[in-house]
Amino acid sequence: MIKDKAAIAGISQSAFSKSLEQSELRLACQVVSDALLDAGISPEEVDGLASYTMETTSDFELAKNLGFGELSFFAQTPHGGGGGPATIGLLAMAVATGQCKVGVAWRSRKRGAPDSRVWANRAASAGLVTAANWSRPWGVLRPVDEIALLTARYFHETGASRNHLAKVALNAREMANNNPLAMMYDKVLTREKYFDARWISQPLCLFDNCLESDGAAAVVITSTERARDCRHRPVKIHAYGQGLSRQSHSMIDFFSENPMYGSSDSCARMLYQHSDIKPADVDVAQIYDAFTSLVLFSLEAYGFCSKGEAASYIDQNGLGLNSPMPVNTAGGGLSEAYIHGFNLITEGVKQLRGTACNQVDSASTCLVTGGGCSPTSAIILRS
Amino acid sequence: MVDQLLLPEIDETNRPFWQGCRDGVLRIQRCTGTGRLIHPPRVMSPWDNSAELDWTEVSGEGRIWSIVSPHPPLIAQFSALAPYNAILVELIEDPRIRLIGNLVAAVDQPINSVSLDRAAIGDRVRVVFQDEADDWVMPRWQLC
Repeated sequence: MIKDKAAIAGISQSAFSKSLEQSELRLACQVVSDALLDAGISPEEVDGLASYTMETTSDFELAKNLGFGELSFFAQTPHGGGGGPATIGLLAMAVATGQCKVGVAWRSRKRGAPDSRVWANRAASAGLVTAANWSRPWGVLRPVDEIALLTARYFHETGASRNHLAKVALNAREMANNNPLAMMYDKVLTREKYFDARWISQPLCLFDNCLESDGAAAVVITSTERARDCRHRPVKIHAYGQGLSRQSHSMIDFFSENPMYGSSDSCARMLYQHSDIKPADVDVAQIYDAFTSLVLFSLEAYGFCSKGEAASYIDQNGLGLNSPMPVNTAGGGLSEAYIHGFNLITEGVKQLRGTACNQVDSASTCLVTGGGCSPTSAIILRS
Repeated sequence: MVDQLLLPEIDETNRPFWQGCRDGVLRIQRCTGTGRLIHPPRVMSPWDNSAELDWTEVSGEGRIWSIVSPHPPLIAQFSALAPYNAILVELIEDPRIRLIGNLVAAVDQPINSVSLDRAAIGDRVRVVFQDEADDWVMPRWQLC
């Protein structure tokens, strides 16, 4: 087990915006360099890397630009936004088993421009074609259409409604309004504005969708022992899970026997098996929010309420700073920036360092999840 | 219309489905070991790896499992039709089998001919086959 053997010693993120000048490569190099400075570890000491398969900056480009030493571990995690926490998990395993001593995980992604939308470009989505053969010909083109189909069914089965999605969107925005680094820092969202917004894929409207962002973020992982000598209090990687549910069809995940039990449920099972920290012990959660409804699905999957009960969980507990478990405290993908979920990891670390913009009082445990309704991963961090 | 909508890539695994549509019938893959229907089609039966897979004709009747309406931004060919509907249909023969499709008001009507307020989850539907182009037939659905 990896339990607390490895820790996050350094973090960094770029500016987040609709349009950054720098290339994805330059952004990747900058955030990794900054994360190493944050940790106080020299690039020469880096011997492990983990990234998403969708990452465009390759291991060797990063290594030769930053002057890493000899790499002994380099790995990637598939399935887009489901892969974020898994990059941390892979490095934690590699550090815990001695395959590397200092690992770096990062995501650099420029998707602010409309012409960078993968789903709009048949060539760019070639890798998705086999799975998409059963959806795209009928106009189910984008992730939002796939999630809308699950959301409409979820509403039908549970009685949850757009009121609850609005609460997720408004919570993210309120958090972002107190986060100067967030893309939506100075943009107020009201309930009226939410309900007046145009549809993107009914029942999901504009504000149910994450932002289109340019940006990058990185973390440095080493042994907990080593991390104690670094510049910040170590944030330990307590547990890690990955999940790909039975008969999953990647992101077009409604062909399995029970689409309401998906990869997040599989992932949670694995995660808690290896964790001393149970749902009731989680102080703050960073839940992957490419779409608002994913937060409801994940509240259930990760055990904060029963199946079909996320709406009443939100009604009773809320998601804000005064709630028992504040969610997406920097604004998440909906209102800080959508860096494929990687900024959820850096925010989790900030909370446990005690340096977050919306600091949760005495937070000592944090759940960070990857994209739901697709093969996914999650980590539990502790201070 | 063949240039306008996205056509699936045909391979040995999915060809019988599309040939069925050209024949005017809905054919679904089946595990001969367990008799269970399979969709999307596989190269091997997940229910019995040693069993042969064959294709069986189903009634073409089902219920709406979910329904949505995509709006722009979309790729141009679908933007022109937006807002249209997209549905998931569960088959009467086995509700664990779901197909993506579209509701149409009649066999010659487009995918924006039924608005979201005229259909609901649970509604009964029946398959219809629309000629998209020479030698190309798409399955779509009509309310019963």
